[in-house]
Amino acid sequence: MHGLSFDVAHLLAGSLVLLSFMLLYQDRLYALLNVFALQASVLALSVAWQAYAQGAPHLYVTAAIALVFKAIVIPVALHRIVAKLGIHREVETVVGIGPTMLAGMALVALSLVVMLRAAAIADPLAREDVAFALSVVLLGLLMMITRQNAVSQVVGFMSLENGLILAAAGAKGMPLVVEISVAFSVLVAFIVIGVFLFRIRERFDTVDVEALDRFRGGRRR
Amino acid sequence: MSVVPVTIALGCVAAFLVVAVLAVVAGRTRVATPLIYAACLVVALAAFTNAFAALVTGAAPSAAASPLGLPWIGARFRIDPLAAFFLAVVDFGAAAASLYAIGYGRHEDEPQRVLPFYPAFLAAMNLVVLADDAFTFLWSWELMSLASWALVMAHHREEDNARAGTIYLLMASFGTLALLLAFGLMAGPDGGYAFADIRAEGPSPFLAGLVIGLALVGAGSKAGLVPLHVWLPLAHPAAPSHVSALMSGVMTKVAVYGFVRITFDLLGPPDIWWSIPVLAIGGGTAVAGVLYALMQTDLKRALAYSTIENIGLVFVGLGLALAFDANGLRAAGALALTAALFHVLNHMLFKSLLFLGAGAVLVATGERMMEHLGGLIRRMPVTSAAFLVGSAAISALPPLNGFASEWLLLQAILLSPQLPQWGSKLLLAGVATLLALSAALAAACFARIYGVVFLGRPRTSAAETAHEVDRASLAAMILLALLCLGAGILPGLVIDGLAPVVASLTGAQMPTQAGIAWLSIVPVSESRSSYNGLLVFLFILSSASLAALLVRWLASGATRRAPAWDCGFPDPSPATQYTASSFAQPIRRVFGSYVFRAREHVEMRPPGDVGPARMKVTMHDGAWDLLYDPLVNAVAFAARKLDKLQFLTIRLYLSLVFFAVLFLLLVLALWP
Repeated sequence: MHGLSFDVAHLLAGSLVLLSFMLLYQDRLYALLNVFALQASVLALSVAWQAYAQGAPHLYVTAAIALVFKAIVIPVALHRIVAKLGIHREVETVVGIGPTMLAGMALVALSLVVMLRAAAIADPLAREDVAFALSVVLLGLLMMITRQNAVSQVVGFMSLENGLILAAAGAKGMPLVVEISVAFSVLVAFIVIGVFLFRIRERFDTVDVEALDRFRGGRRR
Repeated sequence: MSVVPVTIALGCVAAFLVVAVLAVVAGRTRVATPLIYAACLVVALAAFTNAFAALVTGAAPSAAASPLGLPWIGARFRIDPLAAFFLAVVDFGAAAASLYAIGYGRHEDEPQRVLPFYPAFLAAMNLVVLADDAFTFLWSWELMSLASWALVMAHHREEDNARAGTIYLLMASFGTLALLLAFGLMAGPDGGYAFADIRAEGPSPFLAGLVIGLALVGAGSKAGLVPLHVWLPLAHPAAPSHVSALMSGVMTKVAVYGFVRITFDLLGPPDIWWSIPVLAIGGGTAVAGVLYALMQTDLKRALAYSTIENIGLVFVGLGLALAFDANGLRAAGALALTAALFHVLNHMLFKSLLFLGAGAVLVATGERMMEHLGGLIRRMPVTSAAFLVGSAAISALPPLNGFASEWLLLQAILLSPQLPQWGSKLLLAGVATLLALSAALAAACFARIYGVVFLGRPRTSAAETAHEVDRASLAAMILLALLCLGAGILPGLVIDGLAPVVASLTGAQMPTQAGIAWLSIVPVSESRSSYNGLLVFLFILSSASLAALLVRWLASGATRRAPAWDCGFPDPSPATQYTASSFAQPIRRVFGSYVFRAREHVEMRPPGDVGPARMKVTMHDGAWDLLYDPLVNAVAFAARKLDKLQFLTIRLYLSLVFFAVLFLLLVLALWP
């Protein structure tokens, strides 16, 4: 039983990393949002599996939160925003797809090297989970810094947060209150960013954050 | 019963704080000034009596704990002989300054800027000495710095005072940081911040070395060791004069206390090399301080630089005591420590006296520049006499107290051939030379100050119309002058009074001086050396009286007419007298051209031009040129470069975070 539960957890965490890579090379916003929704669903599955394997029922709540908010509510809302703003074609990358993917691979390698050594004494389930979670976090950060478009930055942020939840679920004993508050803070962040998206759009006719920088540069001079 | 001294001392601190609060409320009213200072005087006298009694009666160390302070730790206080001695020094200086201020304070334009901080400053200095755990010590130390900073800024609209305040605040924070690290290292990973725990711990030699360095930086920056002295000659003169007296005469002693407490008490048995930086820096400070003092034309600033010199002497004594103790030469160590502590007491007496005298001159003439004074001995006879006593004492002339302590210090240096290490012997020979040089230069410095300010003819109408100051101020100066004389005539009493302090720190003490015939003092043994202040005093008194009588008796009273061209002083203008700058010119040429890179430029007019020729002297302060200016420039350069970080795009900020995380992970991955 231990072997099976370990393998399934490993598989699900590995799929999360794979989906992070898929996020990196999407060049349409709708596709990006779909992949993100898929990642959130896999996250929910993974957390639920942890709940089952660890016998920790409160993790089911976390899984449900992840499924409802991150796999359904936020992607749907972002879909509507993108449709309303009419920006579904705009995914402008700063660095090309190829180099980004190579950098992503290096990051995954780095996080595996660090985590497998740093957490050598932890039990294998938590250890590999944490290593994958760190990869997801780093890939999310990488996505945030290689995209110009505000919507894809939001998606990068959300996927980074997925990594955090994965780590939290793997490390036994994180209280439910903390998980719920993290979930709500993500929701609030989403709302704030959504409002800002509209405001930016109203003023500059684009959600390319370069426009913000140009504007601020003008103010400085 | 043994709790009593520390309870009284804490009561006095509380009383000071109550007075401070009252001063906030009543500071603006006219009658408040003398009342507040009188209250400070009473409280300071009570605290002094308490500490003095604890020192003289040899009461067992008494401790108290208060729940105020860090949670679960509270605050601990303790009076042992060392604390009692320094409390007595602090509170006596405070009492003298308060007495002076009863009269002097009336001349303050905005008393509400001084009155609340003055009692708080006194309370803080008491608390530093009373503290028995690191947290209380550092807290009180910071309170002391802040209260004195507020007093320095009392006249903040005057030129340069704001700059003095800023530099003081920076240096004070830096010093406290060093002390914080020192205490952190001593407390160890378990966080035993009570002094008793630190004593029990005994750090490793490496840590002890670090602590010595940090204590030298932390306490030394407050005391004014070169090159950490830069704030002192700016801040001390900027404060009102009674506060200058406190800062120079008393606060620097609190800094010395901090150093003594850490090195002699908390760190345990010393190592020989601890003494080397202390001796070298102390000797250098002594000479540099007095050379600076000789170059100044501002009276109070010259006095502040002279404080630096005296602190150097005290640190030489402390370094010597460390060197002797490390080699088990207990008696010699006790002698050196006694000399250092004796000089602490003496410097409190005469430097307070001199600053109070400078304050009296300032009140009477409104001038601090020596070039604008002169001839005050006829206008202010009592102040002049007191200032003369202080000048003679600080120049180490017998029979005054300065001679007694510097003589003891040199006696201790003469014992240094007993040290087994050749390096220390050679270093001490060099330090002895520096001390001799600084003593001679100090005499020149105070001959210059006294001669230019009080002798000769008035150089300005302000000096011509000066009046003697009020009685309270005079009383404070006379009291201090008498004590300078008393401690010089009867040094044996002081040495015996210091015996319990020295015994508690080094485990040995100087031979008891009370039973020796004719009140002589014998530091080591009769065959080596002895000094009798009383006999010297009587000899000077009798021979001077005799000479005066003979002159009066033998000289003719007939009026003499002298030629117009007499003694090269025919011009009636007072501008032809020696000035402060011209008096110091030989020394400036000999030492200043090297130490301060002093250069003279003479600007001659071309033939036919009737304009005056001009001579300009330029000097450089090495501490600023080599240390502080580059530091300031480096900080400004870094700030300019980092300023760009304020205007990055969101994506670049995120990239910074990303690469910082990446860097840390790489370090973790590559760490062996």
